[in-house]
Amino acid sequence: MSKKSFRQALNEAMRQEMERDPMVIAFGEDIAGGMGAKGVQDAWGDVLGASKGLLPEFGRNRIFDTPISESAFVGAASGAAVTGMRPIAQVMFVDFFGVCGDQIINQMAKFRYMFGGKATTPVVIRTLFGAGVRAASQHSQCLYPIFTHVPGLKVAIPSSPYEAKGLMIQSIRDDDPVIFFEHKAMYDDTEEVPDEPYTIPFGKARTVREGADATIVAIGRMVQYASQAAAALDADGIRCSIIDPRTTSPLDTDAILASVRKTGRLIVVDEASPRCGMAADISALVAQNAFRELRAPIRMVTPPHTPVPFAAELEDLYVPSPAKIQAAIAETVRYH
Amino acid sequence: MQISRDDLLGSYRKMRTIREFEERVHKEFATGKIPGFVHLYAGEEASAVGVCQQLNGVDYIASTHRGHGHSIAKGCDVIGMMQEIYGRRGGLCKGKGGSMHIADISVGMLGANGIVGGGPPLACGAALSAKLRKTGGVAVAFFGDGAFNQGTTLESMNFASVYQLPVYFVLEDNGYAESTASSWSIGGHNPVRRAEGFGIPGEHVDGHDFFAVYRAAADAVTRLRAGEGPQFLHVSFTRYYGHFEGDAMTYRPPGEVTEERQYLDPLKFFRARVVGAALLENSALDAIDTEVGTLIDRAVATALAAPPPAAEDLLTDVYKSY
Repeated sequence: MSKKSFRQALNEAMRQEMERDPMVIAFGEDIAGGMGAKGVQDAWGDVLGASKGLLPEFGRNRIFDTPISESAFVGAASGAAVTGMRPIAQVMFVDFFGVCGDQIINQMAKFRYMFGGKATTPVVIRTLFGAGVRAASQHSQCLYPIFTHVPGLKVAIPSSPYEAKGLMIQSIRDDDPVIFFEHKAMYDDTEEVPDEPYTIPFGKARTVREGADATIVAIGRMVQYASQAAAALDADGIRCSIIDPRTTSPLDTDAILASVRKTGRLIVVDEASPRCGMAADISALVAQNAFRELRAPIRMVTPPHTPVPFAAELEDLYVPSPAKIQAAIAETVRYH
Repeated sequence: MQISRDDLLGSYRKMRTIREFEERVHKEFATGKIPGFVHLYAGEEASAVGVCQQLNGVDYIASTHRGHGHSIAKGCDVIGMMQEIYGRRGGLCKGKGGSMHIADISVGMLGANGIVGGGPPLACGAALSAKLRKTGGVAVAFFGDGAFNQGTTLESMNFASVYQLPVYFVLEDNGYAESTASSWSIGGHNPVRRAEGFGIPGEHVDGHDFFAVYRAAADAVTRLRAGEGPQFLHVSFTRYYGHFEGDAMTYRPPGEVTEERQYLDPLKFFRARVVGAALLENSALDAIDTEVGTLIDRAVATALAAPPPAAEDLLTDVYKSY
């Protein structure tokens, strides 16, 4: 056990799995970060450095850069997976899924069903997501609701370094296609992370804290923001439960419903766009299954329905802040 | 080149099976008992068989929406295929895929594909897997003239070239991307040169001529297995039916198909060649025709009598575990 960053946790997870299983390979945009150039062959080790050091350790047959051809390399990951390998494909930013959507939505997601259960496609697609680094509209989206919407895909969204390592190892060992979301603003976050490999099962939510007055469901980076909001409300005597679903597909509906049945109040905090997103989905789940237990209207705390803006002043308004979350909780608890 | 008697007989049996299968699906589709869309491969048999005769159990193919021929050529069970097309529980994909998604990974068939250009990236992955696992296998991407203008295909050709993957890119040019003429829609009008632009050697063959396809594919697969990197083949022919069943084909000139069937039938060509050269006897080919006819009769009868999927099948096979 030692303090590790989100980046180090991911690196360790991939390294340990590549050591354990020779079928695990990794490729994608700049995942080595320099192949074929005249300088250092893994100069980048991924755009934010998560795979730094893996190329010298495992060699070019196990980890390699690709041409910037997302359709080709994401499809190749599926083709390699159905024929016996366990590829990790890195699509740098989830915003780029638009150029390889078919290979994700129509190919890997559907093989098993279309082929009558006779295909196994153990692919992990790693991708960066989220706002907060002034990367503007084409490098800041969340988009996990789109993948959650597609049957056949699993979607993991770690909320801390510990979660990142355990969920990554589970993703690599999982026999279904997994889209793995890494918040780019969390890469330097640190916490205690075990040195040895461990897995975190999919579809089992984490109860971040327990309190009787309200249930907050928060995803990814929003878990931190919700925790700050909940801590601030402790002073006012408002005690919140926070649930981190960890995976949106599968979704731990039992944990969410059980908590709401205790507290009678639900606030969903999501960094994705509000329409047809996880906040709406979880709200509908609770409205349909725990209507009688609700003591206040469900609140969704999300960005507005706009693209992610560039200017700092606008982006800071866009992302749900701890203060906004705090206000939404307080209003919900005081509702009668 | 010398082709063994067994290989000739096996090739003819597969081509005849594809023809009978497709002619029969055409007929049965008209009765209204086959649901959905079907795209028939009749007239194109020499391509699938000429190529797949070079392959073995460690090799993979990725196919297209017009995938029945590739499936039969690679060894998918014909009765399972017919049941699949009818949407039966005993189908190759339990009735969940249908004509456009017939697959059997256990025989190296990575799937027909409802998306034009969906297959070439998958073939790259299978080739990458074969290379890294050192199986000695190769992968074939069959794709049509429509898919030749898809980004996925062009990306895959570059991808395979960069890593020198054992991928055989087989462009099946039947003259029409759905209803659009390939002579108009392929910029540059020279597919082999386009492939050469990616550093991929290739050639153009007459797809009505089984022996031309067979020879080109044999050479290419030898180079693939020797580690010489991706190869390309442009096969030209004309399909006998529409893009899909029900297509009135008013975009084609009157009489085109009649002439093709009369003068450019790969099965007639094959028979004339092997009998003329005294490699096989008419009686041996006739016997195969009869056996194949019986097999297809049995496939249709089995499919018609087979039960549909059960209600509980709706929810299974989405994930390995969830």
